[in-house]
Amino acid sequence: MYGFDYHRPGSVADAASALGGADDGKYLAGGQTLLATMKQRLASPSDLVDLGGIADLKGITVSGGSVSIGATTTHAEVAASADVQGAIPALAAMAGDIGDRQVRNAGTIGGSLANNDPAADYPAAILALGATITTNKRQIAADDFIVGMFETALEEDEIITSVSFPAPTSAAYMKFKQPASRFALVGVFVAKTAGGVRVAVTGATSVAHRGPKLEAALNENFSASAVDGVQIPVDHMNVDIHAGAEYRANLVKVMAKRAVEACG
Amino acid sequence: MPTVSMTVNGKAVSADVESRTLLVHYIRDHIGLTGTHVGCDTSQCGACVVHVNGKSVKSCSTLAVQAEGADVTTIEGLASGEELHPMQAAFKENHGLQCGFCTPGMVMSAVDLANNMKNLDEATIREQLDGNICRCTGYHNIVKSIKDGAERMGG
Ligand SMILES: Cc1cc2nc3c(=O)[nH]c(=O)nc-3n(C[C@H](O)[C@H](O)[C@H](O)COP(=O)(O)OP(=O)(O)OC[C@H]3O[C@@H](n4cnc5c(N)ncnc54)[C@H](O)[C@@H]3O)c2cc1C
Ligand code: FES
Ligand code: FES
Repeated sequence: MYGFDYHRPGSVADAASALGGADDGKYLAGGQTLLATMKQRLASPSDLVDLGGIADLKGITVSGGSVSIGATTTHAEVAASADVQGAIPALAAMAGDIGDRQVRNAGTIGGSLANNDPAADYPAAILALGATITTNKRQIAADDFIVGMFETALEEDEIITSVSFPAPTSAAYMKFKQPASRFALVGVFVAKTAGGVRVAVTGATSVAHRGPKLEAALNENFSASAVDGVQIPVDHMNVDIHAGAEYRANLVKVMAKRAVEACG
Repeated sequence: MPTVSMTVNGKAVSADVESRTLLVHYIRDHIGLTGTHVGCDTSQCGACVVHVNGKSVKSCSTLAVQAEGADVTTIEGLASGEELHPMQAAFKENHGLQCGFCTPGMVMSAVDLANNMKNLDEATIREQLDGNICRCTGYHNIVKSIKDGAERMGG
């Protein structure tokens, strides 16, 4: 890891100005992705602006049927939150199944979303639940936030401050883990919401995405058997040593069915 | 170089280190406590697990500066004098270690687990241990040790 200047601001405004004043700065949250990238010298920021000392970015609140989670709230805190368990049990369960215990104690929702790994869990959750990302500049709908592989709508110096999830009627997330990394080989998040069924898939292609064909089939008939008739295109599936394209496409259906069954 | 101060095993410590110094190197090279190991340096193996403010984290994936002011416990902080911590005693009596390289991290993860989850069954222990890798034991006796240790701790 190359050297850098470290900053620990106490407010979002100070964090943004610290980054603005840096040559090539980066925000640091749990460090569970960024520090590994820096060790490999794939990133060598001149400055790290640690968001860990900003009280405003922590914590979970529920109001008017939606759950708002501060950007530096850890996966372990989301999993253990009685508020999240009560309003969106599928989200608490998903957070409790990210990585391992130590990763969950350090990794944060903001870091996970800003990073937007193609096999990460939170990107699927925000798409399926129709979440809204609040930053220090604006509000971004989940569908606009996720742009491409490791790419989001965030500008260079923009800070995610919180993520707000409207509570669905019911929801479930099923993940087939890559057993060594615990990331999703394929994960499918299904939510029954006031505006209809929303389905999001992660791990299968270069970026988490909605599944419009699955949504159409499930809006017509919300049952596991409705998934059988859906053709999942094989062309864009990820191919690696862990799974081929056909296998991943099949897993999308299997995980979708299990999620529908778990929704009840 | 920033001066980084924290409490390690109940003692106030301080050292001038580079910003890029990892917590595990701060503990081993600057504080001189070498019980915390580096197995992989890529957050896979869990040999480096310590508690920061009561929560288990991988000290190879945390900067020392991030732990400024924190309360840190390492494997050296568990025993009281000659008397082993109940989890250490359980590992010893259940043959929960062979070469011992993974053991400090295993024990620190196990204590965090026992502190936070009650009535641990075998399946839960195995699942919650997936951040710790052991190349020797085949895990069977580690799981047995943790179950026993958790019971001794009152869980
Ligand atoms: C062993 C292991 C297993 C894992 N398994 C899984 C898994 O199963 N599923 C999964 O989804 N993830 C998994 N992860 C990743 C984990 O969830 C990380 O926590 C996450 O990718 C990054 O979060 P972080 O808080 O550590 O962010 P950091 O590493 O600190 O930062 C990541 C990126 O986000 C930026 N950033 C951070 N916070 C903000 C913010 N508030 N606003 C704007 N930008 C920000 C940083 O500048 C950086 O570019 C795993 C990680 C490890 C090490
Ligand atoms: S040395 Fe930290 S996880 Fe392996
Ligand atoms: S006892 Fe040797 S690695 Fe676990």
